[in-house]
Amino acid sequence: MDLLAPLLSGLALGSMYGLIALGFHITFSVCGALNFAQGTSAMLGAVLLFTLERTLGWPVLLAAPATIALCGLYGLLVEGLAVRPFLKRRSDAWLMATVALGLVTDNATLFLFGTEPRSLSSILTASSVSLGGASLGVYPLHLLIPVVGLAVAGALHWVSRKTLLGTAVLAVAQNRDAASLMGIPVSAMIAAAFAVSSALAGMAGALVAPLFTIQPDMGVVLGLKAFAVAILGGLKNPWGIMTAGVLFGVVEAASASALGSGYTQMLTFGLVILALALRPDGLLGRAEVRKV
Amino acid sequence: MSNPSRRMFAVGSLAVLLAACKGQGGAGPVKIGLVTALSGQSARSGEAITRGLTVAIDEINAAGGVLGGRKLELVRRDDESNPARGVTAARELIHREKVAVLFGGLDTPVARAIVPIASQAKVPFMVPWAAGTAITQNGTSPNFVFRVSAVDEEVDKAMVAYARETFAAKRPGLILLNNPWGESNEKGLKAALAAVGSPLAGAERFEPSDVDVTPQLGRLRAAGADALLLVGTVGPSAQVVRSLDRMGWSVPVVSHWGPAGGRFGELAGPNAGRVTFVQTYSFAGPVTPARDKVLAALMAKYPDIKSPADISPAVGVANAYDALRLTALAIDKAGSTDGDAVRKGFSAIDRYEGLIKTYERPFADGRHDALTQNDYVWARFEGDAIVPVRRG
Repeated sequence: MDLLAPLLSGLALGSMYGLIALGFHITFSVCGALNFAQGTSAMLGAVLLFTLERTLGWPVLLAAPATIALCGLYGLLVEGLAVRPFLKRRSDAWLMATVALGLVTDNATLFLFGTEPRSLSSILTASSVSLGGASLGVYPLHLLIPVVGLAVAGALHWVSRKTLLGTAVLAVAQNRDAASLMGIPVSAMIAAAFAVSSALAGMAGALVAPLFTIQPDMGVVLGLKAFAVAILGGLKNPWGIMTAGVLFGVVEAASASALGSGYTQMLTFGLVILALALRPDGLLGRAEVRKV
Repeated sequence: MSNPSRRMFAVGSLAVLLAACKGQGGAGPVKIGLVTALSGQSARSGEAITRGLTVAIDEINAAGGVLGGRKLELVRRDDESNPARGVTAARELIHREKVAVLFGGLDTPVARAIVPIASQAKVPFMVPWAAGTAITQNGTSPNFVFRVSAVDEEVDKAMVAYARETFAAKRPGLILLNNPWGESNEKGLKAALAAVGSPLAGAERFEPSDVDVTPQLGRLRAAGADALLLVGTVGPSAQVVRSLDRMGWSVPVVSHWGPAGGRFGELAGPNAGRVTFVQTYSFAGPVTPARDKVLAALMAKYPDIKSPADISPAVGVANAYDALRLTALAIDKAGSTDGDAVRKGFSAIDRYEGLIKTYERPFADGRHDALTQNDYVWARFEGDAIVPVRRG
């Protein structure tokens, strides 16, 4: 039983990494740019949910959607301030600009939210799940997170393959100027991509808020792990990203169980390097033909 | 220049000026410096130290000050829990503000960085919080560093003794934060266990960002741990409790004072009370004249303190209060604010009826720590309040 709990918990954390990483996939698919501060959006999800629910006393069914919407708005801000000015000039400086905006947001949160770690209780973390009288060692929330992650990945897959929007995204990704001439609102689509990507990270942050100690610097490690997961899964493949996320979380939990926490980061990130050396386009990725 | 009256006038005015300067120096305030975290995660603790010092200084000044009528004055600087900033602040307080005694060190790394600065300048350095053993056992001679606080080495011995006496622990497991503090306590705890011949189920580390400690705890459970000895700051300690809850493992947890540093009741959830941790003082403990006096002064001065439970963290207030009262005695024993004389003054203190205990020759015979494991109290959280636990 002692191995089951860490693995289930790893599954949940891995799905959360996957959800944040899907945000990388969305913006990359549309315009080839990334919000490198996705961890900050996840932190905002947790901090905003705490503020709305605990400080302002909103019911969770209202606070949670409001949190996700606010994170989406933050995504628009990221796009407008740190991405658009550089994409317009065909510059790659959005790379640094998104990191910088993330740091600014982290520190602003430090001022507004305070430095003291807080915690949010939820009915989903009131007691652990038991199956046939034996405790599984995880909260109901742990089981919900992978379900949400898979549902979101599935929805993204469906949108990109089966809808007009998906075709438009493909068009924008292949040739922005041509797409624009065909009447596709390119700027709006890029802005929307950043909003959705930030909202997803916010959703991940809000989902795990009752498990984490909520503090303004909690996003840094999350963002880093999510980026590793996005690259590992292949930036273009939502299923690959969710698979990589789950794999990352489970390997993390398994190595902590087997070796202790001191070796976990060395092992997991070491495996990321190894996996990329063997499959440079990600676990489920396909090599892209680049025409020069 | 041959005019004698003019020369007399010059000499005379110089004499008056010198007398004025000397007079001002003699009657001016004695400055007490404080370098601590006033911003960042530990700001609350820095404020607690400030309050303890302020109440003690007000009391001493109301009774006539030190050295026959000189008032004490507190000058404080923020170290942001950063050793480099701590060193800069300590230098400024010593050399520009000319403090007689420097207080400081909330974080062990900051305190250790300040030790050489104070020793070199021959200014006594009093530590009211940081517990690192090497702060007072620093290898300098003469040693200018004194402490009224818990000491890791003593806490480790006390944790082992408490787990064995109260919970009949025969095979404890260690669960430690993966940082220098956790590492130094791992050594101390292993030494304390070896000293009493107790076997060890295992020593597990966890990261400050870990949200799931069940893997490490599962290993300790599999190794047959019958009690856990925990060393971690408030957030990570809370994750240990929540992981134990999820596993349904009701093992007793004996902890260093990490949980006292924040909202452990909120962070750890309904079972926060299962952790027994070490404290140097609790205002909810025995009622003494010193406790009533300090409590009344705190409530009069700080509107947010309405009951003993609002004094948080209490150890910061109590350690700082007793440390300052002892420092004032040392200055009076020295008869001056000369650093070396004050250092010797500390060793000359006979007896002081303080808040934490009655000190009998607290710093004599080369001892630089006024508190030992016999002075610690054990406490746990009840809701958001820290309540002392009767020794069982």
